[in-house]
Amino acid sequence: MKILDKPDFEDLVNGLIAADPREVVGVQHDGSKYVFDELVEAGDLCLDYDVTMLSPKKYFFPQRERLVQYGTGEEGYDVIADWSEAGRIIVGVHPYDLVAIEQLDTIFIDEQGDEPYRRKRENSVLIGVTMQSVSEWSFAGSMGTATTDSGYDLMVTELPDSYAIEIGSRKGSELLEDAKTREATIEEVEAVESEKAAIEDEFEKEIEFPPAQLPSLLDQNYDAMAVWNEYAEGCLSCGTCNVICPTCYCFNVDVVDYLTDDVGGTVRRWDGCLLEDFAAVAGGENFREERVERHRHRLMRKGNYIYERYGDIACVGCGRCTQHCVADVADPSEIYNELWRSVHA
Amino acid sequence: MPEPLGTGDVESVHYQPEPATLVRREAFTEVDSVFAFELEERAELGHLPGQFVQLFIPGVGEAPFSVSSSPTSGGPFELCIREVGAVTRAIHDLEIGDQVGIRGPFGEVCDIPTFRDHDLLFVAGGIGLAPLRSMINYSIANRDWFDDVTVLYGCKEPAEVLFPDEVARWSDSTAVDFRMTVDEVPEGQEWDGHVGVITTLIPGLDVDPENTYTIVCGPPVMFQFVQEELDEKEIPHDHIYLSLERRMHCGVGLCGHCQINDLYVCQDGPVFNYEVIKERPEALA
Repeated sequence: MKILDKPDFEDLVNGLIAADPREVVGVQHDGSKYVFDELVEAGDLCLDYDVTMLSPKKYFFPQRERLVQYGTGEEGYDVIADWSEAGRIIVGVHPYDLVAIEQLDTIFIDEQGDEPYRRKRENSVLIGVTMQSVSEWSFAGSMGTATTDSGYDLMVTELPDSYAIEIGSRKGSELLEDAKTREATIEEVEAVESEKAAIEDEFEKEIEFPPAQLPSLLDQNYDAMAVWNEYAEGCLSCGTCNVICPTCYCFNVDVVDYLTDDVGGTVRRWDGCLLEDFAAVAGGENFREERVERHRHRLMRKGNYIYERYGDIACVGCGRCTQHCVADVADPSEIYNELWRSVHA
Repeated sequence: MPEPLGTGDVESVHYQPEPATLVRREAFTEVDSVFAFELEERAELGHLPGQFVQLFIPGVGEAPFSVSSSPTSGGPFELCIREVGAVTRAIHDLEIGDQVGIRGPFGEVCDIPTFRDHDLLFVAGGIGLAPLRSMINYSIANRDWFDDVTVLYGCKEPAEVLFPDEVARWSDSTAVDFRMTVDEVPEGQEWDGHVGVITTLIPGLDVDPENTYTIVCGPPVMFQFVQEELDEKEIPHDHIYLSLERRMHCGVGLCGHCQINDLYVCQDGPVFNYEVIKERPEALA
């Protein structure tokens, strides 16, 4: 573990902003909310935030992203892949978002080999931060994602006059090469450990059972329509819970024509399984026509389907869906607990 | 145009279509036609019967289609396409020589060669003949592998028959036991064959259940009724395969549109074993 005094940490970040060819982004205030956005200077960083609007997923899997571009060639159309591979230095990622990115890495890189994601991800550096405040909607503590030992290149923990920095990768280590770090004392290592342990007690929400039970619980309760309906009834099918989720990755591929010249491209954009036409096919059939089917699908996918396919529980407990659901029906902890209680009453 | 990124390797990029040229088309009905496409340098598509491709029309969109031709026929590959939306309308507007983009082939299929020394029973309803045709012709091309090969084909009315010339050949052939039905015969159309929904063809079959592999494709509503008849014949569920339709956007197991509970049609299907799919409530809903 390394230690950087606070002014030296600011120098490190400012040095990256000035010298690194990559864009440096970090958590900042945006009105009353927090967002990941381009950093102009280290002083704008808010490392004591509770939760950001969107997770840094947006840097590897952008809301809109061109995949191919075409134009008229000698014999018809020329079509070539054309997506950005720009990486970023991302400062201030909470552990639950790091876990979410690790899951997406498994799916997009290891399993499906999605090049647009892989290039941006591998060109990026993730600087995590130990949580200092907890969103009132988060239940990351009970999901085991309030802290993490992996998924970061550097992990920063704020101490009274300094930052403790754990190295997670060679990429992370290289960033520290010119920084004025010193080795942490045993007391400082212990201070970091107790800070991490203390955050576990700060969560107001929790799931009341070990997350490892989720896949079985959902498998058994697929037909628990009373519970599913109770929440789906108020659902507006707006898809907000999908688009703010750090592990959701469904998308549409649209063809976009440019108004000038005979050129265009395909664009993938975030989609959501709560939206009414998500499972519709051209012939008119809609395979998830009912709101309750779509609502259940999201929660099945988070707690069962992704686990069955890739081995991960795809809810990290960040609470963003709960926070942003206008109908107040999206809280996974509330729904999962209700299912669990219905079985264990 | 920008330079391709990295190696420009289509395989690793996934989303870059390969150019293909329309070389032949034939209309069956006002809305159903078969289109034959040729890849550059007359390359073979390299598909297995039952797989699908993503067809990209610049300026319009991209949509998934099962390949209708058998790889055994070689040359251009065929897609039988019903005009129902923007992309299919644009395909129907194509002229010979026009270029489209192709990604794929994608998907998991039933491994027909492993059905060797068994009977085959194909059940095709309406546009369901489009994907099944590749498997039917593949089986006919390897006819000596199999015992009896039976093809049941049903459509709404005589005017909606797809591949009528081929259907006539199957009908006259001794290689396959081909049986056809139409749901109804509207006034003004001629028909001297069987009338009734496709399920009415099944009771009359002489089926050796343990020795039969069945492959079914048709509109969603058809599956359940066909299955009831197949259960009457006591065909084991792991001997039954279904080709299912969903709206694949990516073809590579990511976009989520084709998900059936925990399965992805683009990777786990589109041809599924019934034993697997019957446990998934969303499959045949």
